[in-house]
Amino acid sequence: MLSDITIGQFFPGDTFLHRLDPRTKLIALIFLMVAIFVFHTFGVYTALTVFTLALVFASKVPFGMILRSLKPLLWILLFTFFIHVFSTPGESLLHLWRFDATLEGIERGAFISLRLILLIVLASLLTFTTSPLKLTDAMEALLSPLKRFGVPAHELAMMMTIALRFVPTLIEETDRIMKAQESRGADFSEGSLMARIRAVIPVLVPLFLSAFRRADDLALAMEARCYHGGEGRTQMKALSFHRLDGLAFVFTALFLIILTISSGQLGGVLWG
Amino acid sequence: MAIVLQDVSYTYMANTPLERQALSGISAVIQEGSFTAIAGHTGSGKSTLLQHLNGLIHPTSGQVLMDEVNLQGKGKAERRRAKAAARQVGMVFQYPEQQLFEETVEKDIAFGPRNLGLSEEEIEERVQSAMELMHLDYKAFKDVSPFALSGGQMRRVAIAGVLALRPKYLVLDEPTAGLDPRGRRKLTETITRLHREEHVTIIFVSHNMDDIVRLADRVLVLAHGKLLAYAPPQEVFQDSRILEEAGLQPPEAFKLADELRQAGFDIPAHAMLEEDIVSSILRLYRQGR
Repeated sequence: MLSDITIGQFFPGDTFLHRLDPRTKLIALIFLMVAIFVFHTFGVYTALTVFTLALVFASKVPFGMILRSLKPLLWILLFTFFIHVFSTPGESLLHLWRFDATLEGIERGAFISLRLILLIVLASLLTFTTSPLKLTDAMEALLSPLKRFGVPAHELAMMMTIALRFVPTLIEETDRIMKAQESRGADFSEGSLMARIRAVIPVLVPLFLSAFRRADDLALAMEARCYHGGEGRTQMKALSFHRLDGLAFVFTALFLIILTISSGQLGGVLWG
Repeated sequence: MAIVLQDVSYTYMANTPLERQALSGISAVIQEGSFTAIAGHTGSGKSTLLQHLNGLIHPTSGQVLMDEVNLQGKGKAERRRAKAAARQVGMVFQYPEQQLFEETVEKDIAFGPRNLGLSEEEIEERVQSAMELMHLDYKAFKDVSPFALSGGQMRRVAIAGVLALRPKYLVLDEPTAGLDPRGRRKLTETITRLHREEHVTIIFVSHNMDDIVRLADRVLVLAHGKLLAYAPPQEVFQDSRILEEAGLQPPEAFKLADELRQAGFDIPAHAMLEEDIVSSILRLYRQGR
């Protein structure tokens, strides 16, 4: 169960997606996400799906891993799908109590689900091909113009780095504590809802304690190494744009422009 | 009665690119009443092996038999039998004090027996005797918060929490790690007494070869998930190739004996502990050599 969590998991590799500057990837991702939200036509969605699949293929991240990143959101996907199936007005296919499943609803549900899937897959592609360190560097770099308005860019990036760094540690820790309590006869998989909630306490208390202890240790270690915030801090591996990044920008821009021009002509509007 | 490992292999995250074989083809019999040490370098598969002993994880291939019951039961009835069998094995993880969570020492130790569904009197009786075994005064400690105790005391509370389950087999993963020398010695003595007087079968992981020679009657040496040796420690440590391959340091006294032997002194091969070496040297000295 706990090993299903793929957030922040990085797949080292040497594809062009890995080599791109993280800022390029982050900006391109933001534009692609906007595109996914803005366009409604069949043709554009086909193009976006093909584009995403091509990126997945190019990244050489195993397809199973991509599917696993969707797994935690399976219920949200199903829920969204069925809400649309039953709430869109149109020709009734199936009557259940007060609700009608409609053909239009199925169509719309499928597209909304596809939209969510594309968003998740693109976002996980970013984390699969970018090391967490580079990702937060990119975030800091992109946010730094906002420093003038009091946005603590460095602190936000540092918080994210630390949070990402400790996700696997805490997962491991949870696993270990659960096993220890299981060895003392605790049961996490059986019993009523109340019993299961109560069964979590013996895991949560030690987990919180150790998280606080870790936070203390980390703060001490950082201070001992003279960490004093982002002021005047340089990077060992400074980010730099290369020709590949220029190409990627041009390509993404062209792709999006073509989508915008053709969106009126291809397939027709699916919904308003 | 015994715990039987039959060709146990285990793979982490099977069928993903992160797949890693932690154990391969381990076969061993751990007899009831024995005192078994498990040695190996970090990442050799020790912890994974331990978790097989009470069914926390099941082998990817092969099987673990606990008093002839397969710990990986198929079907409901078999699974219940497996669970009951696994309860015979008490598991003390590394730094067990990190699993404490209750408000008082008594409640924390009672957690295990309470999960077994025992009566209140039985629970209290078990808590008392477990505390006694771990040298914790029942009256003085029962209402104290476990988080107000010293590291060594916390560890003893945690071990008492496992002993309260009355296991036939006790598995300990580096029980003395992080304790000061005195706490180390006391805990080692307690474990030895559990074995001798309470007849609990002990299986423990240790990086301290002196402890292994001193305590264990057999040592199971792992390297890269494979079984390198499973024999009395005196035998295993005489074969320097095994130690080298496992990346282990021989006991300190053993190294001294080796050097003396190379310098031409007659030190018997079974001498491995400090006291053995000292008496050998004394004997040689008295003989006027």
